[in-house]
Amino acid sequence: MVGLATAFGAGGGTSSYEEVENTDLIILWGSNAREAHPIFFHHVLKGIRNGARLFVVDPRRTVSAEWADLWLGIDVGTDIALSNAIAREIIVNQLYHQPFVELATTGFDEYRDSVMDWTLERGAQETGVPADVIREVAHAYAKADRAMICWTLGITEHHNAVDNVLALINLGLLTGHVGTYGSGLNPLRGQNNVQGGGDMGAIPNKLPGFQDIETDADARARFEEAWGTPIVPKSGWHLSQMFEAMDRGDLTALYVIGENPATSEADAQHARHLLETRDTLIVQDIFMTQTAQLADVVLPAANSSFESDGTVTNSERRTQRVRKALDPPGEARDDIWILAQLAKRLGFDWGDPTAEEAWDECRSLSPMHRGMSWARLEELGGIQWPCPDESHPGTQFLHARLWAEDPAEQGPKAPLSVVIHDPPVDLLSEEFPIRLTTGRRLDSYNTGVQSGMYSSPLRRDEAIEVSPEDAARLGLSEGECVLVSSRRAAVEAPVHVAETLRPGLAFMTLHFPDQVDTNALTIDATDPKSGTAEFKATAVRIDKLPSKDAELISQGEGSHR
Amino acid sequence: MDLHLTDATATDEERAAVDAVLGPPATGWVGGDRLHGDTHRVARGGRAARDQRHLLLPVLHSVQGRVGWVSPGALNYVSQRLSVPPAEAYGVASFYAMFSTKPRARAVLHACDDIACRINGAEQVIARLRDAFGPEGEPDATGNRTWLRSPCLGVCEAAPAVLLQQASDRPFELTIAPASNGNLEPFVSTGPGTWTGVGSDASAAPQTQDATARVSLRLLRRIGLVDPTSLDSYRAHGGYEALREAVRLGPGGVIREVKDAKLLGRGGAAFPTGVKWEAVAQQPVRPHYLVCNADESEPGTFKDRVVMENDPFALIEAMTIAGYATGSEHGYIYIRGEYPQAHAFLASAIEQARRHGFLGDDVMGQGFAFDIELRRGAGAYICGEETALFNSIEGKRGEPRNKPPFPVTHGLFGKPTGINNVETLINVLEIMRIGGPAYAAIGTPDSTGPRLFCLSGCVARPGLYEVEFGATLGDVLSLAGGIRDGKRLQAILLGGAAGAFVGPDAMDLPLTFEATRAAGVTLGSGVVMAFDETVNLPDILVRVAQFFRDESCGQCVPCRVGTVRQEELLARLAAGAPRGSRDDEIALLNDIAQAMRDASICGLGQTASGAIQSAIRAFDLFAVEAGS
Repeated sequence: MVGLATAFGAGGGTSSYEEVENTDLIILWGSNAREAHPIFFHHVLKGIRNGARLFVVDPRRTVSAEWADLWLGIDVGTDIALSNAIAREIIVNQLYHQPFVELATTGFDEYRDSVMDWTLERGAQETGVPADVIREVAHAYAKADRAMICWTLGITEHHNAVDNVLALINLGLLTGHVGTYGSGLNPLRGQNNVQGGGDMGAIPNKLPGFQDIETDADARARFEEAWGTPIVPKSGWHLSQMFEAMDRGDLTALYVIGENPATSEADAQHARHLLETRDTLIVQDIFMTQTAQLADVVLPAANSSFESDGTVTNSERRTQRVRKALDPPGEARDDIWILAQLAKRLGFDWGDPTAEEAWDECRSLSPMHRGMSWARLEELGGIQWPCPDESHPGTQFLHARLWAEDPAEQGPKAPLSVVIHDPPVDLLSEEFPIRLTTGRRLDSYNTGVQSGMYSSPLRRDEAIEVSPEDAARLGLSEGECVLVSSRRAAVEAPVHVAETLRPGLAFMTLHFPDQVDTNALTIDATDPKSGTAEFKATAVRIDKLPSKDAELISQGEGSHR
Repeated sequence: MDLHLTDATATDEERAAVDAVLGPPATGWVGGDRLHGDTHRVARGGRAARDQRHLLLPVLHSVQGRVGWVSPGALNYVSQRLSVPPAEAYGVASFYAMFSTKPRARAVLHACDDIACRINGAEQVIARLRDAFGPEGEPDATGNRTWLRSPCLGVCEAAPAVLLQQASDRPFELTIAPASNGNLEPFVSTGPGTWTGVGSDASAAPQTQDATARVSLRLLRRIGLVDPTSLDSYRAHGGYEALREAVRLGPGGVIREVKDAKLLGRGGAAFPTGVKWEAVAQQPVRPHYLVCNADESEPGTFKDRVVMENDPFALIEAMTIAGYATGSEHGYIYIRGEYPQAHAFLASAIEQARRHGFLGDDVMGQGFAFDIELRRGAGAYICGEETALFNSIEGKRGEPRNKPPFPVTHGLFGKPTGINNVETLINVLEIMRIGGPAYAAIGTPDSTGPRLFCLSGCVARPGLYEVEFGATLGDVLSLAGGIRDGKRLQAILLGGAAGAFVGPDAMDLPLTFEATRAAGVTLGSGVVMAFDETVNLPDILVRVAQFFRDESCGQCVPCRVGTVRQEELLARLAAGAPRGSRDDEIALLNDIAQAMRDASICGLGQTASGAIQSAIRAFDLFAVEAGS
C-alpha cells in the first residue's frame, strides 16, 4: 500500500473484478492467485475465457503459471531487474504512451536514464529469463489495449518491497495502463478485509480514509473536534519497527488484536522472546493462539464474519455489510464492545455503540466513505470507494483523474520512480547454495490459526519442496527427513519432490509452525518503508540425516521441531 | 490449466505415439524430459495449449493404434500435453468404443453381429473365433489376440464382416468381408504381424460392372474406371471440371444452381442444401467451416464407404466447391473409425490434391483458399448426429447439443458451419456438370436427381445401386435380383435402424421423399434391407433395440433410460415372457416411444422405437408367444 500511496496518494488496487474479466492481458507478478487468492482467480479465469492472455512471473511454476500463456521463472528477488529491462525495451522501441507520460507523470527523464543500462541481455543475466522472452512481455504489455498487473507477496515480502511495487507502477504509468477501464495495477489481498483494515487507518501514518496524520492538518482538526482530543501529528510504528522498538526496550506494552506474531514473524524465535519479555502483553483474539499463550491478559473476541455486525472492504475497494448470525460463545464479546469497555475503564464513556454508529462516525470523518450509508450498502450490495456523497455510485476504477487535461481536475501527477535493483540480503554461497522461498497453499492460511481446524482432502503436512533435479543430486527421496539450515537456524523437515521447482529453488510454507518452524529460517531483513520482512528469499543448505546420532547433534545445534 | 494427475506415467511407446501427433514437448514443464532439458525458466501454455484440444481424438487414436489400449499413464501424458483435465480426457476415451481404457490384446477381430451380418452367418464366424481365441474380449493363449462383437461395420453388401485391428508402431487394419472360416483361417492360425491386407474393389456397386447399366450412372459413373489412388486418373475421367465451372459461376452462382437443382440432403433429414449453403455464406461471423459427415453408421448403410473407397477425389472436389460457395477456408471430413480403407484413400487423395494445388492457399490458381482435415471417428453411432460430430471434432464426448442454435450460425467451434453428407456433396458435381435446372428435371418434382440405395440382406446381388428418384421399392429390389435362392420376401427395412419395416405389399411404393413421408416411412440413409421368410424378425428387433441401447450417448434421460427399457421389454416378448399381457407390453412400448420422441435431445432417441413399432404393427409380432 505504501508504494501505491506514494505514486497515487491512495493505497488501493485500481481496478474492479469486472475489469479483470474484460481485460486483454493479465500479468500475475509474484502471485500464485490460483492457490492464494482463489476467489480473485475465478475472475481471472473468466477473463481467460473471454480471451485475455495471462502471463505469470514467479520463480516457481505454480498452478497459476500452469494456466498462463507464458511463464517467466525469474530468480527470487530480481523483480526490479525484470521491470527495468521491460521498461527499457518499451522506451527504446517508442512503445510507451508518450501523451500520458507527458500529461500525467513526473520524472520521466530521470527514470529513462535509470533504466537505460538494463538491456535485454543484462535483464536476462540478472533474472534468468531469456532475453527474447523479456522482449516479448515488454511488447505484449505495451501494445495491449487493456492490460493489468496484479501482484501479491512475491513482490512485497522482500527487503525492498516498496521499490518492487514502484517498479511495477512504473510500467503501468509508462504505458498508460492505469486510470482506464480494464487496465490497472492491483495488489491482491490475502483476506476479505485487508483493504478495509488499511482504509480504517491501520497504517502507521494514516487516519481513516488515507488521511495523512502528519501532513493533513485539516483532517487532523476534524478528528480532534469529533474525538475531543488532540491528534499528535506523528506517524506510528509499523510491525517491524515495533519489534525493533521492543528490541531497544522502547516498547514495553503491546495490545495485539487478531494477529499471531509469535509464529508469523520472520526469525520467530527472536520474536517470541521479545513478546515474552514485555511488561504487558494483551491479546484479543477468537483463538488461544501461540501469541495469546504468552499474554498477560487475553480478551476473547467475537468472530467478525458471523458473530458481529460490520463491514469488510475487499481487493476491489468494495465495502460490504457483514451481518451477525450467531451469538458468540461464552464470554467472547464483539470487538466494538471490548474497545468501548476498555475506554470506559480508562475514563471515557463511549456508551455502547452499535456497528452502524461506529460506521457513521467513520463516514463523517472520512470523505471517501461519506456516501456509504448502511442503507445504501445494503441496497447496492456494496460500494467501491471513493464515494463522497449519497448520490455517488462509487468508483469502479481509480485514477481516471490522471487523464484529465484540466490541472485542477487532474490533481497531483504520478511520479515515475527510479528504482535500483538490489538482490536479496541473504546471499547464496557455497555453504548455503539453495534459494528457499515461502508461500501459501490453497487449503491453508498463514500460520494455520484460521484454517488448521478444518480438515481438507488436499492438505499435506509441512515439507521442504525441492526440485526433482536437486532431489536426484542430493540423493533425497520423497518423505525423507532432512536438515534444512539457514544462517540463523536449522530445522528438520520431510522432503517433497515438486515438479513446480527448478534446480536450486526450494519451497516451504508457514502453515504448520508446530510441525516445521519455517520462519526460524527466514531473515528479518525488512523494508524500511513498509516494514515487510524478506520471507521470500532465504539461503539454505539441505543435508541428509544419515542416522539417529546425526539427528541428536542437529537438535543440539538448535533444531526445535 | 492446473491438472491433478495420478502417479501413473506413460511408457516410451505411449509418449512416442502422442508425440507423433503433437510433436515433442517444448520443455520439461509440459511433459518433456526435465533432466536433460531447457533452461527451466520459461513455459508456454495457456490458450495455445488449450486450443489443441481438438487433437484429443487423433492423439487417442495414435495411442490405441500403437499400444492397443489407452492406459492411465498415457492419459496423464495426453492431459498434460493438451492441457485437458484427466477426468475429461478419460471421459472422452471411455466414450468411444474403439478406445479401450482397460488392457486389451494388441490384435482384435471385431466381428459384426448386426442385422445384415446376423442373417448372413455372423454367428458361425463368431463361433469360429470363440473356438480359436476363447471368450469374447479375453486374450487368447498367446496373449496377443482377442475378438469382440461389433455393431454394423458398414460392409453389409459383403456380410458377414470382420474388422481386424493390430496395434503396433505401424498399426494394421483390414476389413474381411465376407468372412468365412476359409478366409479367416490365416488370421486364426498364424500369429500377429504376418497378416497381409487386401484391396477394395468396385464390385460393391454391381451396376458399374455392367457396361449397359453403367451408361445411366451419374454419381457412380467413375467407379470402377478411375484409380482411387491417383489424382491424374481422376482428372483423366473428368475430375475438377465441376470446380472449374463453380469458379466460373462464382459463389453466389453455385448456390443458385444448387437451389435450382432442388437438391435435398441425403443423410436422412432431407434439408435443402442450397438454403443451408446460402445461410452459411451470409453469416457475418468468421471463420466459416465446411464439414463432410462421413460418419456413416446407420446399420445397413455403406453408400458413402463405396464412394470414398472408389472415387475419393470426387468428395474432395465437391467439398472444395462447397467451401468456395459458403466462404469456408477450412473443411473437415469426419469419417467413421471402422473404414480404414476409405480413410487411407482419402488421406492420400487430400495429400495429392494439396501437392498439386487443388487444396491450399490458392486453389487451382483461382485466388481462393480451401483445405481439408481428415478426422477419424472412434466407434460412436451418435457422432453421425451433426452437433455430436462437431463435439467429437472438438475433442469432446460425442454428445449432441441442443438446437437451436443451428449449425449454420453456431456449428463447429461455435462458428457458422455447413455440414453435408458424402452423397449430398457428390451430387453437387453433377449439378455443376449439367446445371441446376437440368438436374431438377431428373426424378420427381419434389425429389430431384439420382439417389443411392444400399441393398443388403437376403437379395441376390447385394450392393450399392443408383436410380433416379421415382423408382419404386420393387424396381430397386429387382435391380438387386430380388430375393435370393427363390425364397419368399417377408419384410424390408427401409432407411436403417432409425427407419421402418414394410411388408411385401409395399413393392409399388415410390422411393421418393414425398411418397415415403405420405406412407409414414422414411428413406433415411438409403437402406433397403430385405428379409426372407426364414428370418426370425423378433430376433432382429431385439438386435435393433440392443443397438440403440448401446449407442445412446447417455446425455439425456428419455433416451438413456428409454432405450434400456425398450430392450428389456423386447427381450421379454421374444422370450415369450411378457409382463402382464402382450398388449400391456405393447402399450408400455408405445409409452416409452412417445416419451423418447417428445423429450430426447436428438434424433437417436426420437427414432429409437420407430422401426420396432412399425414391425410389430405390420407383422403382428409376438402374438403367438403372448397367447401361450
